[in-house]
Amino acid sequence: MTIASSSPPSRLPTGGAAEARSRTWTEQGVSGEDRGDGRLASLFIGPALLGFLVFLLWPTLRGIYLSFTRFNLLTPAEWVGLDNYVRMVNDPIFWDSLWVTVEYVFINIGVQTVAALATAVLLQRLTRSAMLRGIVLTPYLMSNVVAGLVWLWILDTQLGIGNQIISGLGVDRIPFLADETWAIPTIALINVWRHVGYTALLLFAGLQAIPNDMYEAARVDGASEWRMFWRITMPLLRPVLAVVLIMTVIGSFQVFDTVAVTTAGGPANATNVLQYYIYGSAFGRFQFGYASAMSVALLVVLSAITVLQYRLTRAGRTDLG
Amino acid sequence: MTTVTTTPPTTLRPVRRRFPFGRAAAWTVMGLIVLITLLPFYWILRTALSTNAGLNADPANPLPAGLTTSGFERALGLQSAEEAVAQGGAGGGLDFWRYLLNSVLVSTLITGCQIFFSAMAAYAFSRLRWRGRDKVFGLFLAGMMVPAIFTLLPNFVLIKQLHLIDTLLGIALPTMFMTPFAVFFLRQFFMNIPKEVEEAALLDGAGKVKIFFRVVLPMASTPIITLGVLTYITSWNDYFWPLMVSYSDSSRVLTVALAVFRAQTPQTGVDWSGLMAATLIAALPMLVLFACFARRIVSSIGFTGIK
Repeated sequence: MTIASSSPPSRLPTGGAAEARSRTWTEQGVSGEDRGDGRLASLFIGPALLGFLVFLLWPTLRGIYLSFTRFNLLTPAEWVGLDNYVRMVNDPIFWDSLWVTVEYVFINIGVQTVAALATAVLLQRLTRSAMLRGIVLTPYLMSNVVAGLVWLWILDTQLGIGNQIISGLGVDRIPFLADETWAIPTIALINVWRHVGYTALLLFAGLQAIPNDMYEAARVDGASEWRMFWRITMPLLRPVLAVVLIMTVIGSFQVFDTVAVTTAGGPANATNVLQYYIYGSAFGRFQFGYASAMSVALLVVLSAITVLQYRLTRAGRTDLG
Repeated sequence: MTTVTTTPPTTLRPVRRRFPFGRAAAWTVMGLIVLITLLPFYWILRTALSTNAGLNADPANPLPAGLTTSGFERALGLQSAEEAVAQGGAGGGLDFWRYLLNSVLVSTLITGCQIFFSAMAAYAFSRLRWRGRDKVFGLFLAGMMVPAIFTLLPNFVLIKQLHLIDTLLGIALPTMFMTPFAVFFLRQFFMNIPKEVEEAALLDGAGKVKIFFRVVLPMASTPIITLGVLTYITSWNDYFWPLMVSYSDSSRVLTVALAVFRAQTPQTGVDWSGLMAATLIAALPMLVLFACFARRIVSSIGFTGIK
């Protein structure tokens, strides 16, 4: 769009020698200067920009528009103002599913962050093995569907090995996915299993940036591993940890696949997470307008959380200097 | 912080001999993590090689109960309906080769196009100078903030209006051209290529297009391969979007097929043996792909431009 019209005609074929003098030119803006790359740039940026406008920007605007309409896919969208939002606020199922989602996110992120941090620190302090890192990542290669099905089987009340072991220990079998209390924690932990390795590797990459001399110096001073973790690792990892948290929380809020293959929202709406409710409203009841309004609500919640987290964790600042 | 592309040569070799107990405990925890990570994979294999009757009779056996490949035969549709039902299957028609092919086609199309177009855009954002560049890049960055779920419904409406529902192209289209992340990720690497390299090529008379293909792309092969494999895995594993778009075998991918397989529960109970065999078939290509590139990927997973 704006590129084609604003890109200047190329005056010089290439301005190599002049450009070479400033080594950091890629970092700087180019306003006020035109180096004659405009035409080529619009060609190179073309496909990506097309995709961006058609499948990201336009759907975003359209989603907001649809949230103010009654729309069932068959007839044109009909403007209804704030009706969908009024309905949403008065919809107990919406609030239930929001609550269920929040519960899921808390368990999922809480356990996952601690487990990933432990894994990352162990990988850093214990070994350099790339194979171990590879092993830790393997569940990430599975789809949520596969992970859901495998754990559905392992946790099966009658035949699952998990419950076999539990009953072998003399404890009552637990209907992990069929019980209202257990279902959400179980799904949260299944997704921890799938994602913890990836999160651990992100944190591990952050740990690699901490200069090893710090640990050496601390060790000379007689600091224990535990103390080094709290005095060196945690403060220096904090900015990375903050970004990982923001990323994983946003991802976690969008839980759908695992719910869809294990409990389908049940029992009794106990796992009816927001995204599942949105999906049901759109494709089960063809209320695309209402589903869009709930998507907008989810977007607002996610934006608020991102801003809040960023502020609270001072993610923008680093202690590494 | 800056991009972590390769593992810096860690000189970290714990030399302490003072706390062998602590180290032993740490290794125990590590072992436990590995065990929890890998055990489900073994359990998939063990179940897939069992008979359903064997699973019922001997659920806690760590070895395959009634060793057989009939689960795989059922998953791949090699058994007649009567045979499948007799062994605890649903007997419904499943065309696994079809779904496998669909998954390969969709993932290859998405990965190939997305990485290529994103690389072109990243090149324009990092090494070409044009007016409005930073503003357009800012727009792309803002696009990263929009969660996928938000664009799914409107994109479905759009794909429907384009009459691409139930086609492979309809599944691929929204992520075929770019993701803001891919552009962002590659731009970081392109920016770090020394100016002198490009300079030398310019002096040799190469144009910018040639520089992109002959200099920049080869130099960035590691991040491109990493991003490519991760994109492939992501699109292979995607469930929600294909579920929305595909309705019939013609465009059904493995993830959706698996959920359908699970839903076709026979009267007697779930066909666990067949289901786990199908699960293994669906997951195996990614395990193989990962095994080929593991070292590279593992050492290049990191951050791009995270402050």
